Amino acid sequence: MNLLDSTPANNSLLNSAMGSERTQYPYVTGTSVIGIKYKDGILMVADMGGSYGSTLRYKSVERLKSIGKHSLLGASGEISDFQEILRYLDELILYDNMWDDGNSLGPKEVHSYLTRVMYNRRNKFNPLWNSLVLGGVKNGQKYLGMVSMIGVHFEDNHVATGFGNHLARPILRDEWNENLSYEDGVKLLEKCMRVLLYRDRSAVNKLQVWFFSLYVSLGLSSGYFASPSQSSSSKWTHE
Amino acid sequence: MFRNQYDTDVTTWSPAGRLFQVEYAMEAVKQGSAAIGIRSKTHVVLASVNKANSELSSHQKKIFKVDDHIGIAIAGLTADGRVLSRYLRSECINHSFTYESPLPVGRLVVQLADKAQVCTQRSWKRPYGVGLLVAGLDESGAHLYYNCPSGNYFEYQAFAIGSRSQAAKTYLECKFETFMSSSKEDLIRDVLFAIKETLQGDKLTSSICTVSVVGVGEPFHIMDQKTIQELIESFEIKEGEAADHGVVPDRTPEAAPMDI
Repeated sequence: MNLLDSTPANNSLLNSAMGSERTQYPYVTGTSVIGIKYKDGILMVADMGGSYGSTLRYKSVERLKSIGKHSLLGASGEISDFQEILRYLDELILYDNMWDDGNSLGPKEVHSYLTRVMYNRRNKFNPLWNSLVLGGVKNGQKYLGMVSMIGVHFEDNHVATGFGNHLARPILRDEWNENLSYEDGVKLLEKCMRVLLYRDRSAVNKLQVWFFSLYVSLGLSSGYFASPSQSSSSKWTHE
Repeated sequence: MFRNQYDTDVTTWSPAGRLFQVEYAMEAVKQGSAAIGIRSKTHVVLASVNKANSELSSHQKKIFKVDDHIGIAIAGLTADGRVLSRYLRSECINHSFTYESPLPVGRLVVQLADKAQVCTQRSWKRPYGVGLLVAGLDESGAHLYYNCPSGNYFEYQAFAIGSRSQAAKTYLECKFETFMSSSKEDLIRDVLFAIKETLQGDKLTSSICTVSVVGVGEPFHIMDQKTIQELIESFEIKEGEAADHGVVPDRTPEAAPMDI
């Protein structure tokens, strides 16, 4: 029997014994995440909305999480897949800590690991339906990267997912510079989020803004604030 | 060591609490030709004595590059050493591929030690008969480790294994306090002198030893014979001076005690 027959009636590569288990489409999704490098480190912003199709159903979803001592992860796309990724990373960081030897996984390593996970899942036709932004600081080096659900990955000075790519990045290309102070960086990101609030129907106006600075890795300041629903003030009058 | 009724199996303890098979495996390390390692804050140097079966054959390869930032020197059953170096290379490259960053040496030696330990606790296995000097760099600087067949590993400032290694160790013991701040050239000089201590009457030439270096900004590589020969000649010419400022004043190379 030729096991490599290319036209089997039942393609057992894609189905398990219990039927197909591939991700077909996302259910509860988050919208854009934007990340930038600033003078002292990394700034990331995401809103706290989880949409159920066209309904803005959940309004307190944390889409930014800290990973280990050095990194921040932001995700758009399917929220349950993001939670799965957090479980993978939890285990990864746990084993890293168990070595107890002074070495720790930095943002570059976490980014590489996530790329491998996303790409391998894509190869099995069962992707994790997320676009991830991974940023952090280790040994004074800033790192900011992105991984998509098909495993495309790259690093840059500013990254965004989803609508952020179309609406926020042009603003960042014009107005980003290497020596943004923390306040200027936050203002820039708020400007981007305001545009997204106007134009992205799945955006909500409650934001999570995280920063990861050299000082955080030295333990000198805390990592995040979630601003109250006032966050993005929008103008609807003519100008 | 004499044969006794507790030494047939690695899984049999002796009444004195010893595992003789493991100790015999460590004997195999002592029979191999010498390997020596020295490290400073930024560099690690490994050297080995080239032993050939006969004048007709080539010498055995005892120094292996494991990754750009890690290399090993072995003493004992070279076949076991080759197998272990394949394992080490595989671990390093898998880590590099997944995390795009070099595997920290400290973690590699623990994995190697755990692998060796398994062979001391299975009745159908035997311990590896090879000792490894692992030299590598990681975020916290340069490191030198010794992994033995028992599954133990230790970090060293300088160490020597194999036959007549005691002579080298005696030389290193006098000078080890200076190694941390030594330059790369000083480390190479010291390792060549240490190799010389282990040679019994043979002249130190570049064909009888292999020297390798790994350091900050310098990937692991084996130095070529010509450079080594030139270094040997420059050190030997200055041997009279070396006794003044290189070696501790009351010890000259000629007065080195013979090995035990």
